[in-house]
Amino acid sequence: MQHDPSRTSYYVGDDFYQSLVDSYSDWQTDDSEITDPELRDICRRLLEKEARLLEQNRLDDWLTLYVPECVYWVPATPHGGDPRTEIAVCFDDRRRVEDRIFRLKNEFAWSQQPQSRTARLVSNVSAFATGDDNILMVRSTFLTTEFQAGDKRTYTGWYGHKFEFQEGDWKIIVKQVNLIDCDQNLRNLSIIL
Amino acid sequence: MTPDDSFNRGIPAPFSSRFDFNDLIFEDRVHQSIYTDEAIFREEMRKIFGGVWVYLAHESQIPEKNDYVASKLGLRPIIVVRDLTGRIRALYNRCTHRGATVCRHTQGNAKSFACPYHGWSYFNSGKISGVPWPDGYADDFSDPKYNLAQVPRVQSYRGFIFGTLNPDMPPLEEYLGGVKAPLDDWLDRHPGGTLSFCDANRLKFNGNWKLLYDNSADGYHVIFSHRSLLAMENRFVEKGDEDKGMAYYKSSPDNAPFYVKVFENGHHYKDKRPAVDTSPGGLWSIEGPHPGMEHYEEMIREKLGDKAGAVLDLASSEPVNINIFPNLHILGNHVQVSQPISLTETDTTWWGTAVIDENDDLHGCVDAVNALRMRTQESFPNFGELDDLINFEQIQTGLAGVEDEWVYMHRGLGIPDRIKRDTDGYLIGPPTDEVFLRETMQVYKNLMMNDPNLIIERDIDAVFD
Repeated sequence: MQHDPSRTSYYVGDDFYQSLVDSYSDWQTDDSEITDPELRDICRRLLEKEARLLEQNRLDDWLTLYVPECVYWVPATPHGGDPRTEIAVCFDDRRRVEDRIFRLKNEFAWSQQPQSRTARLVSNVSAFATGDDNILMVRSTFLTTEFQAGDKRTYTGWYGHKFEFQEGDWKIIVKQVNLIDCDQNLRNLSIIL
Repeated sequence: MTPDDSFNRGIPAPFSSRFDFNDLIFEDRVHQSIYTDEAIFREEMRKIFGGVWVYLAHESQIPEKNDYVASKLGLRPIIVVRDLTGRIRALYNRCTHRGATVCRHTQGNAKSFACPYHGWSYFNSGKISGVPWPDGYADDFSDPKYNLAQVPRVQSYRGFIFGTLNPDMPPLEEYLGGVKAPLDDWLDRHPGGTLSFCDANRLKFNGNWKLLYDNSADGYHVIFSHRSLLAMENRFVEKGDEDKGMAYYKSSPDNAPFYVKVFENGHHYKDKRPAVDTSPGGLWSIEGPHPGMEHYEEMIREKLGDKAGAVLDLASSEPVNINIFPNLHILGNHVQVSQPISLTETDTTWWGTAVIDENDDLHGCVDAVNALRMRTQESFPNFGELDDLINFEQIQTGLAGVEDEWVYMHRGLGIPDRIKRDTDGYLIGPPTDEVFLRETMQVYKNLMMNDPNLIIERDIDAVFD
């Protein structure tokens, strides 16, 4: 790799954005749904592992599930939109997601004093083929309950994960988090969804 | 008074104040009850949100005829619409018949609105267009009293739409007064002097709306409340390199070269530009890390050479806070709108803005600038504002200790030569002083001690200045 994506952001450019928009358009078709139980189980296990690491607040371990040039994306509109022309709730490349983790670990991030506890249900997992055997798109439904500073709240919606088979392992390239209330005013969304 | 006259009279004040604000607001401190008392909140929703010019929407949200966007004037649900003739109106979203809302969507395009309850329908001018089975009524609905109520005075300043129910308010431009100058500056740094909205970071907090306004020109909190953000933005900065972001608040901000300026009517302005290098490329050089930063910077520099710095500055956060009482804030590249929901609940929506470049002033780089600009704008709401909002919530929590009555705002008060007047007569002080807050509280006090004569309009041809 020419550039370290933890330090510089060369990969987030027009081509990358366009491939993102393309990947997340018209992908959940009945024809492309994967029925192979083994492959579906691999997808399910990766999602469950991700949820577990986030529940355990093992954020550095969580990030090892991702390829170096990754995206964590929470659109502000129900259709996902084009992040080049509209603001997202979050649109983090590798460096920004590491910034986010840095801040969450910082004892002066007041919105996380005390730290949140979360319980994450991930279900309704469907995997979809993409035409490239090394790339899968995976849809799942999530229900995350957060407890922080006396307040309990829920985030719910569906995840659209893009997985890539790299060096013998499935990794996450993109996690798109589609909150059912993404276009509403949200209170203290500090956690990684 | 005949019964029909009653439809056009002023609306009597539903509450008479049991408070003497002379006992609640002093020069150096205010009483906790202005943040914790339900009756005071209800009075604010009349005397301020209704009684002064309140920001409602931006013209870029309703560019075409018949476009509409939902808004609120205080707690009143409002439809801001560009009607069939192109006139911008602020209609009460309330069926004249039994009171149900006639529009249930946040935005769209509609020539008319029909009430889902009994089917009364209205043109988007507010004029009633029909009721089901009119034979059942003795009247013919030609009287304007059946039209939707609307905000009688709706005016725009450079795309920003405001409304008031108070016939005694001066025209909008006069109400804005001195704050027009920094707003003009902020707009004029963009090609064509205009911007479009491009969705938003939408946040909320469990606290009184004034806690956000109280913070809006506050330079005292920055290195404490935003300590995690400052650390994050500077985690790769090596010794001897230029600091990123708001690092100009470090060391002794009292003596920093920037300032707060206080205008009339509760508006104020924190101008941080004197603290940064404003030559082309200067703003860009202090931006913290953002997605796509190196890619687009390299692309723009290759394409534009010497001209790249000024273009990159348009993707950078403009170091100003322009606060327009009671609910509009311009900061960085954001248009931040605050919306009271209840005494202890406030929405704050950070509208992103995109550059429009019809004359190609940016030499083919506007899309790259906007792609960067989306990401620069997501940073503060994600990593800065959350910590402020929690601190506002914790003020609300702390104020439940009601026997401890006072909230202090006397930083800079009584120190000779610290607060000055500029040639226009506006007060200027160090960015860390609370002079803006004291002056706003005096404006607030005057508003709360007077009961405005609020009116609504149903004659769709009425024009107020």
